[in-house]
Amino acid sequence: MIQAIVDGVLTGGVYALMAAGLTLIFGVMDIINVAQGIFVVLGAYLSYVLSVHLGIDLFVGLLVTIPAMFLIGVVVQWVFISRLGTRERTAMSILATYAVAIMIEGVLGLVFSDNYVQLNAWYVTRSYHVFGFYLAYIYVFGFILAAVLLGAIYLMLYRTRFGASVRASLQDRSAARLVGVNVDRVATITFGIGVAVTAAGGMVFGATNSFNPNTGYDLISRLLTIVILGGLGSIGGALGAAVFMLVLEDIVAVVWSPVWAPFVFFGALVVVLSIRPTGLFGRSSARAQ
Amino acid sequence: MIRVSHSVSTRNLKTAGLAAAIAVLAVFPLVFTNPTVTSIAVFTLLFMASATAWNAFSGYTGYIALGHAAFFGTGAYVFAIMTTHLNMSAGSSLFALVPVAGVGAMVVAVPFGLIALRTRRHTFVVITIAVFFIFQQLAFNLGITQGSSGIQVPTPNWSAWTFNNPFYYVSLGIVGFAAAVSYFLRRSVLGLQLLAIREDEDRARGLGVPAGKAKLVAFVLSSLPVGMAGAVYAYFLGQIFPQFAFNPLFDLSVALMTLFGGIGTIAGPLLGALVLESLQQYFTFQFSNGDLYLVIYGGLFLAVLLLLPRGVIPTTTDFIARHRARRQAPSPSVDSVASAESGRGGLAIASRKVR
Repeated sequence: MIQAIVDGVLTGGVYALMAAGLTLIFGVMDIINVAQGIFVVLGAYLSYVLSVHLGIDLFVGLLVTIPAMFLIGVVVQWVFISRLGTRERTAMSILATYAVAIMIEGVLGLVFSDNYVQLNAWYVTRSYHVFGFYLAYIYVFGFILAAVLLGAIYLMLYRTRFGASVRASLQDRSAARLVGVNVDRVATITFGIGVAVTAAGGMVFGATNSFNPNTGYDLISRLLTIVILGGLGSIGGALGAAVFMLVLEDIVAVVWSPVWAPFVFFGALVVVLSIRPTGLFGRSSARAQ
Repeated sequence: MIRVSHSVSTRNLKTAGLAAAIAVLAVFPLVFTNPTVTSIAVFTLLFMASATAWNAFSGYTGYIALGHAAFFGTGAYVFAIMTTHLNMSAGSSLFALVPVAGVGAMVVAVPFGLIALRTRRHTFVVITIAVFFIFQQLAFNLGITQGSSGIQVPTPNWSAWTFNNPFYYVSLGIVGFAAAVSYFLRRSVLGLQLLAIREDEDRARGLGVPAGKAKLVAFVLSSLPVGMAGAVYAYFLGQIFPQFAFNPLFDLSVALMTLFGGIGTIAGPLLGALVLESLQQYFTFQFSNGDLYLVIYGGLFLAVLLLLPRGVIPTTTDFIARHRARRQAPSPSVDSVASAESGRGGLAIASRKVR
């Protein structure tokens, strides 16, 4: 039970990182990046290539994969998203990023086939033994990595000039444009950052789960559940919701049965939204849009 | 004056076109008897029905639902479970269960709609995806669905050469039913209410439109043909599995087909499904490489979104209307009337023939 809670908090941190990227993109651009799940898988495969074929350590490999995913995000935003019309922008963005997702899934399937793989390193298999329960090194390292990156995003948002323009665009696009923020540039870079975090998230995910190109569906439905529960556009909400959901799922898996855990995961979303349509931490104005 | 006489001749043309399309569809399996071709035709018809039904909700209300696969799967499973538990033998009589499966989907759609329709825009989209995954999980985990091993459905012992024909005509009937629902919904008071919700839900509410009720009725209504299509799908394939009956690509496909043809129009989803599903079936048959197909499909989808965001039918009718207006009355006022009408989706009512 306590083991389940601790595991839930540790994996929740990693999910929080992936969800933060998603909610950041939504907040700034008003689009839902349904491809976030497959980007995580893509990040995992990049780490896989680096570690298996070039023998680079997973964490060192992030120095390559994070910038690579940033670039991919910028290209996707520039080529596909920025060209969508303004009418029904949110709905269109869901369809467009969904299309991007199935293209990436197809490419990954062509390159890597549908066999499940898992990332491996010395810290994946070993674990600490503290206070009577086991902590796999990778969970702890992954949690620390997620915390560091989330801290970096936080610092960037609240301590830099660029962060101020991101927050301005979050609050009001046209007002931000009026005071001289280049909203399009901010949007592109934000999309890049939102996608770049999936490189780290994907690496930890790939080390703790086996994955194949189809894993993206499962991931994106979880991530969407988290960001909706947390209130779209709220990074703090995403953190809280990620930890809450993962702990809930782990507890259900222990006390009831692992096969029903995902069911409870989505069931919680339905229950919460039936009571509070704006999510656990959402602003009440979100519904009036 | 000019526009009135115009619409009469257009109407005759459209009736003729519709009759021709029905005639072609009716004799198709008698002319093209190759089982591969007719089996592609059955899948195409099932998607034409599903896309039309999806459009009757999402196209008219503007609420993009990505959970209709839950109805498709429910229809398929209700059908399969009934055949196995009632110990029914295969044959034409099993088609009588298809409407029952459709009603099963409607029963599921009521609570689904009550929950999902409390939310709007992106939250609605996400909650439909989430509810869809709950259904998929249920199919994997419940005892009655037999989990990932799936359910076998009895297969009729019809001759191989005409095996597909009964499925073809039943599917064609569902397409006709879905198109009729879509057509009459569009012309009814309820249809007008749905369009008002699409334009501005709060204002429609303020004007006395019972928005919650209207949306729920349209949602439940659109689940019926999808559930029926799912039942025929289960019968046609002879066995169903959770990941194929509840397939996330299904949601994407009907959305793409509708967008391709023209969202909110009656002929749009029919045309979109006709073109895209037959192409897809042909590709899978020719290359049998699912991954390559995903890449092509995604690319095509993006091309449609970026190049034809309003779909084939509104774009072409617009073009024809502008062309005619320019030719018959070169004064700018008529031109602006015609384009304003088409811009509001007014021509959507007019364009209902298949091609």
